Amino acid sequence: MSAQVAADGLVLRSLARIGRIAIFFAQMLVQCGQVLARPMLVTNQIFNAGARSLVIIMLSGLFTGMVLALLGFNVLQRFGSQDALGFATALTLLKELGPVLTALLFAGRAGTALTSEIGLMRATDQLTAMQMMAVDPLRYVVAPRFLGGLISMPLLTAVFDTVGLFGAHTIGVRVMGVDNGSFWSEMQSSVSLHDVHEGITKSLVFGFICSLIAVYEGYHSEPTAEGVGLATTRTVVASSVLILLLDYMLTAAFI
Amino acid sequence: MTDQAIVDVRDVHYSVGGREIFSGLSLQAMKGQITAVMGPSGTGKTTLLRLITAQSYAERGEVKVFGESLEVLSSRQVFALRKRMGMLFQDSALLSDMNVFENVAFPLREHTDMTDPLIRNLVLTKLNAVGLRGAAELMPEELSGGMARRVALARAVVMDPELLIYDEPFVGLDPIALGVILRLIQQLNQALGITSIIVSHDVNELASIAHRSYLMAAGTIVASGTPAELANSQLPIVHQFMSGDPDGPSPFHYPAPELTAQLLSEVCS
Repeated sequence: MSAQVAADGLVLRSLARIGRIAIFFAQMLVQCGQVLARPMLVTNQIFNAGARSLVIIMLSGLFTGMVLALLGFNVLQRFGSQDALGFATALTLLKELGPVLTALLFAGRAGTALTSEIGLMRATDQLTAMQMMAVDPLRYVVAPRFLGGLISMPLLTAVFDTVGLFGAHTIGVRVMGVDNGSFWSEMQSSVSLHDVHEGITKSLVFGFICSLIAVYEGYHSEPTAEGVGLATTRTVVASSVLILLLDYMLTAAFI
Repeated sequence: MTDQAIVDVRDVHYSVGGREIFSGLSLQAMKGQITAVMGPSGTGKTTLLRLITAQSYAERGEVKVFGESLEVLSSRQVFALRKRMGMLFQDSALLSDMNVFENVAFPLREHTDMTDPLIRNLVLTKLNAVGLRGAAELMPEELSGGMARRVALARAVVMDPELLIYDEPFVGLDPIALGVILRLIQQLNQALGITSIIVSHDVNELASIAHRSYLMAAGTIVASGTPAELANSQLPIVHQFMSGDPDGPSPFHYPAPELTAQLLSEVCS
């Protein structure tokens, strides 16, 4: 009985939280039009969330591609299909690992930075000061960061995929001795636009979720050091779980 | 000066988490005057400012600013009202990603169509008034507490507000900065006729500049008058606060068991 009550409470709290996030998103959406009229605000945030994440994304993409090539070659060789390595790595990167790993890295690097930055602005009365100067923080602080994250994610995913393919090519062709022509031609003939479309859709959805959670948690964090820390933790946990959950749902939808 | 009340707080009741902060609090800030709100720590002085600036709303009673009741205003109307106010925060609240110049220029860039040269001249004039024209390029983290407070004051007055609200403006200032801030508050009031509300517990500083003072305690106003009237008051709570006595109607100690009994009980257990 008590377990049932606890479960009901958890469901209700989760629904209430989803409702609060939806209202927050609607309020922010109203401001997005005005923000787009001042592109420098968004451009700065694309630099902060996107360009500053490039190193970690490229390094992760490179090593992911290299590991994929090693494992892929090992498996495909057993069936005498090592020429399909280009196709296998490209499909895995484009459809799955590229969007998912980029989103997880984004949540850990840019998402936490967004939450802690906005949370600290809350804790040091900067958001209140803006309100007192008749400037809505949703318009000046939150919406540009959300849009910056949303735009950055597909771009970072594209970089991750490209560098990953380079890593896979390096290991597969130069180290393992797969034929260079077969590597590219198999990829070209077997990867369809549908696969690319799936990757882009996933990265957009993940970008939306990660950015929304990051700005929401930062904006609603308790104005204390502990509060900002907890909000940052919630950002990483919620983003990571939702990325994997949505990844399953989107993969199922695209099959 | 006229007798028009720029801020009119009437019979306000407000509580947070079941704890009553105000129980029938009333006060007025008259046009062109400096109004001081004093009281021991934890009596809700900053909360009162939140009510006056429509960051929170009273559960009962009415808060009027510029003759408009805040409870019925839309958020757009609240923002329009705030353009007529300036506020100096206790922690300065400078925007950490902008330098001193851009912090002061921020309201101008957001609310006016002024050209860059005009903004530059105006900002430098305001910074010069607080003695920090030479610090225009510094970032907030490079400023001392007193300097940050002066920059925040320049930002608060850059839009020439009709009402200026100061939250503990004297905390942590050295004697020179304190003198400068006091003189600036007086100059702004006398030269521009700005109505000012100062929340503080620095009795001596307020006595030198305030036209009218209110003393808050136990969720309401327990005394009001000119600083001289408060200083000569025979009311025990007023006398205790003005003279800084630890014993009196406002207890220094938070409610606790008797010290010896508590120490002995912990030793025995």
